[in-house]
Amino acid sequence: MSSVSEIQEEIIEEFSMLDGDMEMTINYMMELGEQLPEISEENKSEENIVKGCQSKVWLAAVLQEENVVFEADSNTAVTKGLVSLLVRVLSEQTPEDILNEEIYFPEKIGMNRFIGTQRSNGFGAMIKQMKLYALALSTKTSA
Amino acid sequence: MSPTAISKIKEIRDQFPVLNQNVNGKPLIYFDNAATSQKPKSVTDALIHYYNNDNSNIHRGIHTLAERATTAYEKTRKSLQAFVNAPESEEIIFTKGTTEGINLVAQAYGRKFLKGGDEIIISTMEHHSNIVSWQILCEQTGAKLRVIPINQKGEIEFEAYENMLTEKTKIVSVVYISNTLGTINPVKKIIDSAHKVGAKVMIDAAQASPHHKIDVKDLNCDFLALSAHKMYGPTGVGVLYGKRQLLEKMDPYQGGGEMINEVSFEKTTYNDIPYKFEAGTPNIGDVVAFDASISFINEIGYEFLHKHEQNLLIHGTNKLAQVDGFTPVGTASNKASVISFNIAGVHPFDLGMLLDAKGIAVRTGHHCTQPLMDYFSIEGTVRASFAVYNTIEEIDQFVAALNDIVKKFRK
Repeated sequence: MSSVSEIQEEIIEEFSMLDGDMEMTINYMMELGEQLPEISEENKSEENIVKGCQSKVWLAAVLQEENVVFEADSNTAVTKGLVSLLVRVLSEQTPEDILNEEIYFPEKIGMNRFIGTQRSNGFGAMIKQMKLYALALSTKTSA
Repeated sequence: MSPTAISKIKEIRDQFPVLNQNVNGKPLIYFDNAATSQKPKSVTDALIHYYNNDNSNIHRGIHTLAERATTAYEKTRKSLQAFVNAPESEEIIFTKGTTEGINLVAQAYGRKFLKGGDEIIISTMEHHSNIVSWQILCEQTGAKLRVIPINQKGEIEFEAYENMLTEKTKIVSVVYISNTLGTINPVKKIIDSAHKVGAKVMIDAAQASPHHKIDVKDLNCDFLALSAHKMYGPTGVGVLYGKRQLLEKMDPYQGGGEMINEVSFEKTTYNDIPYKFEAGTPNIGDVVAFDASISFINEIGYEFLHKHEQNLLIHGTNKLAQVDGFTPVGTASNKASVISFNIAGVHPFDLGMLLDAKGIAVRTGHHCTQPLMDYFSIEGTVRASFAVYNTIEEIDQFVAALNDIVKKFRK
C-alpha cells in the first residue's frame, strides 16, 4: 500500500494532465465519484452524515487489522468525487498516519476553494471527521 | 428587442468593467444579481473620488473637508428621500443594509411597544432576516409569530392573511419581492388590511428596489428597508425608511457618537431623527457612492429597466421549459426577473459547479429561505436572476450550457 503522500502525489500528477481546465477537472472528479465503492445500507445513516451547507456526505470507518477503512457517499456528484479522492488517500492507512499526515492535494489540483471558507461544501469537515475516526480507532489498536 | 434597446443595453454593459472578463476560460455570464448586482464605473469612481478628495468625518468637523464630506453624505439622504418618495429626508436612516433595518425596527420599535400575547405576522416566503429578527423579539416580549400561507405558485394566500388579522396583530412584516421565487407581493393591499386593525407594517424591499419603483407615500407603509448593493450600489449600506411620528417615539437602537444630544454620567438626551439611529461613524464613503447608483437607475429609468428585465424573464422561462427535467419553483403571475428551478436527477450544487466551470454564475441552495424550501419539500434550487445589463444571448448560452450538463447525467 502506498503512503498518504505517495497517493497525494499520484492524484496531483493525474490532475495536472487536465491543464487546470475547470470543466474537465469537475467532469473527471465526477467520474471518480462514480467509481467509489457503494456504502453499505447500514452505514448510510443519519448519524454518519457530515454536514456541508449544500451537499450531504455519509462517512463511516472500521478498523481492519491495523488499518482504518473508510466508506463514504454523497448526494451530489461533484462532492462524491471529492470524497472518493479523500477515501483513496486515507483509506487503508494506519490511524497514526491519518492523524499526522497533512492533506495538501486539494490545493494542488485547484480544489482549495472547497476547503476554504466556502460553506457550500463539507470538505474541511470531512477531513476533520476522518481524523476523528482515526483518533477513536487508534485507542482501539493501542488497547 | 428593438435595435435602440440593443444599443442601449450595450452602452449600459460598457459601464461595468467586471462583466468584461473570462471565468474558467469562458466569458463571464453573471446571473447572481439577486445576491448582489455588479457596480457601474460611476459608483466605483464616486467611492475613489470621495477617498481621494473629500474624506473626513462628518457632521461635527468645522474644516472644509468635513463640510464637503457632510454635504455629500446628506446629499445621498436627499436622493433617497426622492427615490422612495418619502415626505421628509429625516425619515431616511442609513443602515448596513436591509437586515439591519429590520433588526432596528424589531428592537427599537418592537421591544418598546410589544408585549406578551401580541402577534407579528410574516409570510412563508420570508428571507431568514425577516424571520429571525422577529423570533428574537418574540423571545424578548412573549409576542407570537404567525405565518401567512402561500400557494403552490408561490403567491400569498390573501384571504388566509386577512383572517389572521385581529386586534392582537401589532406588526406585519412582509417581503415586497421574494428573493427565491421572484413573486411580487400585493404589498399595498397587505398594508391597507393591516392598518384596518391598527397594525404597523414593515416592508422588506431588498429585492424590489432594483426592479420596481418604490413609493412609500403611495404604499403608506410604516417602515421599509432596502440595500444599496442589490441596486448597483456599494455593499455595507442600506436605508430604513420610517414614518416620522413612529421614529420619534422609538428608543435608540445603539448608543454612541452622533446619536446623542447631551451626555453626562447621570443622564443622556438623544439627538433628533435620523441621527438618533445612526450611532458611531457611519459608512460615509459607501453612502456617498450610493448616490451614484441612484443616479444610474434614474438615468435608465424604471420603465426601460422593467421592460428589458421582463423580456429576459419571459425568454428565460420559455427557453428553460424545454430543458429535460426542468421544474420551475415559483410561478407567480406577477414576477420579477428571477427564475428558480430544479432539474430532475441533478443536484443544484452539481449544476452550480458545472455552470461555474462554463463561466456562468448562478446561486444554488436554499437562498436563506429554508422554511420556503420545506414548504416545497425541496433541499434547494438553482436561481438565475437577471439585471439590466444581461442579454437574451446570455440566456441562450445559459440554456445551451444547461442542456450540455443535463445530457451528461442522462447517459
